[in-house]
Amino acid sequence: MEKVLEVKDLHISFDVYGGEVQAVRGVSFDLYKGETLAIVGESGSGKSVTSKALMRLLPMPPAKIKQGQILLEGRDLTKLSEKEMQRVRGAEISMIFQDPMTALNPTMTIGKQITEVLLKHQQMTKAEAKARAIELLDLVGIKEPALRFKQYPHQLSGGMRQRVVIAIALACNPKVLIADEPTTALDVTIQAQILELIKDIQKKTRTSIIFITHDLGVVANVADRVAVMYAGKIVEKGTVDEIFYNPKHPYTWGLLASMPSLEHGDEELYSIPGTPPDLLNPPKGDAFAPRNAYALKIDYEMEPPMFQVSDTHYAATWLLHPNAPKVEPPKVVRERMKKFEALTKDRGGEKR
Amino acid sequence: MNKLVEVKNLKQYFKVGKGQVVKAVDDVTFDIYKGETLGLVGESGCGKSTTGRTIIGLYEATGGEVLFNGLSVHRKKSAKEAKELKRKMQMIFQDPYASLNPRMTVADIIAEGIDIHGLAKSKEERMNRVYEMLETVGLNREHANRYPHEFSGGQRQRIGIARALAVEPEFIIADEPISALDVSIQAQVVNLMKKLQREKGLTYLFIAHDLSMVKYISDRIGVMYFGKMVELADAEELYRNPIHPYTKSLLSAIPHPDPETERTRKRIIYDPSQHNYKEGEDVRMREITPGHFVYCSEAEYEKYKAMHS
Ligand SMILES: Nc1ncnc2c1ncn2[C@@H]1O[C@H](COP(=O)(O)OP(=O)(O)OP(=O)(O)O)[C@@H](O)[C@H]1O
Ligand SMILES: Nc1ncnc2c1ncn2[C@@H]1O[C@H](COP(=O)(O)OP(=O)(O)OP(=O)(O)O)[C@@H](O)[C@H]1O
Ligand SMILES: [Mg+2]
Ligand SMILES: [Mg+2]
Repeated sequence: MEKVLEVKDLHISFDVYGGEVQAVRGVSFDLYKGETLAIVGESGSGKSVTSKALMRLLPMPPAKIKQGQILLEGRDLTKLSEKEMQRVRGAEISMIFQDPMTALNPTMTIGKQITEVLLKHQQMTKAEAKARAIELLDLVGIKEPALRFKQYPHQLSGGMRQRVVIAIALACNPKVLIADEPTTALDVTIQAQILELIKDIQKKTRTSIIFITHDLGVVANVADRVAVMYAGKIVEKGTVDEIFYNPKHPYTWGLLASMPSLEHGDEELYSIPGTPPDLLNPPKGDAFAPRNAYALKIDYEMEPPMFQVSDTHYAATWLLHPNAPKVEPPKVVRERMKKFEALTKDRGGEKR
Repeated sequence: MNKLVEVKNLKQYFKVGKGQVVKAVDDVTFDIYKGETLGLVGESGCGKSTTGRTIIGLYEATGGEVLFNGLSVHRKKSAKEAKELKRKMQMIFQDPYASLNPRMTVADIIAEGIDIHGLAKSKEERMNRVYEMLETVGLNREHANRYPHEFSGGQRQRIGIARALAVEPEFIIADEPISALDVSIQAQVVNLMKKLQREKGLTYLFIAHDLSMVKYISDRIGVMYFGKMVELADAEELYRNPIHPYTKSLLSAIPHPDPETERTRKRIIYDPSQHNYKEGEDVRMREITPGHFVYCSEAEYEKYKAMHS
């Protein structure tokens, strides 16, 4: 498969009053043509900082890329001048932001904001751009697009604003689309439409997508592969089936155990105990150890390397070391694993 | 059960542009009982936030009324009454980043309401109250002198909850309080809200998109579509026996954290033209089975009733 994007050993820090916040601490991943890679993980684990770095949108200072490469079709984006980057941004690689309010200009009509992007990157007359903008609004499921075209962001609901942002990001058919919680503000029917829309466009244009979300249902729906982040690192990555049915990292177990299912009774929801580490002073050893019921002694001393589980599945936990004691994952995870065994029996895939 | 909030034929219209009107909330009627959680779900832009904001008195209603403890929220009030009402109804916002003033310490954020309502007689009492609130939401007194940017999203959301609780409200409107948080922190916040409800007898209006969370926290759920309430029932009942076609479509769209299920899930598409309501037809909420209300015409009522009893 053809690699579109390679991120290699990326380190990003923020200089703050008290020292250096090490927000991203050695992130590596590949993105293949036409695939969707979902990034999940704790609030504050560095998902947005990583994606903004790909767009070169971090304010520098206080941010700095300390180490690493971002190769878009072989070209290192960390080395481009701002002028060169402007041609890449919005055309070759574009982004849907987490917060639709900050992504839109409050003093400009919706219509103007979409046509502006079209006119900048594509050869179009004003009239063509307007027609295309209304078409895009319609495409993302906005009713009465011609009326909305003339409105300002504050006159739309949160969900409608996000659909406008999506319309803008899709306007130029980018090679890489980064979607940072694009559907968090939307109801599930519109969310389903948007996901179908994104998948549809992806099929036609073979756009590669990085999809950041907290909603594991959405991940199960859109992702080909999944990367799980904790405290500035990818702690597990694999195909969507490997992560949902055969997870290896205790943090991934904790995430999967925290969700209520629709059959959930009245008992308390599980939540991962403790608080996330202070990235001003990242702990020695595995950053997750103090919150990890499965932590081994070595976790407090040495960071685990990425252990390979299959050709596509990796996890950074000492539990995968041949000498580690065998542990029993939480019940919800064991049930998922059983399902996985049934699946792979028919298909022949990863073994445990 | 006692009604704490009664929403009667509430309308909230916004003028946009020349002579155009958005009917954000269009003749909505429902009650919220003391001590319950009413979940509110529906299409984005259907008027959930506007309903919440109008109930709490942030907007004048275009029509209809909202009663809180039997008294109208939008009536003319003395300054003292207005203040008291403001205290009893609190709102937790979706965005814990934007809703906390970055230049205020956590203590001052939490104590703002205490000061406005004169709930503390001395500096010492004020700080004790702040500490108590911090502990209630699972933070500690060391956090009091810090600033919002020093906290994670989940911690900030707890600060927002502490601020709302500090004035001892009876009723809290939580507008997507957990959407921006990771699942483990969502679980923390929801567990906390449930615990506080048990301990303090709070009443919640819980607005959200995550239907499995809404189902978990709510006693009853209202479904809105385009400014109208289209279905209202017990949480379990709504999921087991959805009746309005929009509700069915909504439930069928919930993504499950299970790739195999997702590959085969079929979504039901809702087409509003299917109702074919005639001009002036009497379409309103009707009770199909006890406690289960659906927005329908007389003919649909007969049909639904035949199907569900
Ligand atoms: N301008 C900044 N100055 C200092 N620290 C920052 C700045 N921006 C981000 N950080 C820190 O970088 C870390 C990673 O933040 P990031 O926004 O990438 O998290 P995230 O994984 O996207 O979380 P969420 O799921 O809540 O969106 C956090 O600890 C955050 O506090
Ligand atoms: N201040 C305003 N001026 C004009 N129109 C408004 C205003 N506030 C809301 N609206 C309109 O009212 C309708 C309902 O908006 P509201 O924010 O209540 O929706 P919502 O159900 O909360 O949606 P979401 O789930 O996306 O947050 C939308 O059509 C919106 O554009
Ligand atoms: Mg983020
Ligand atoms: Mg809203």
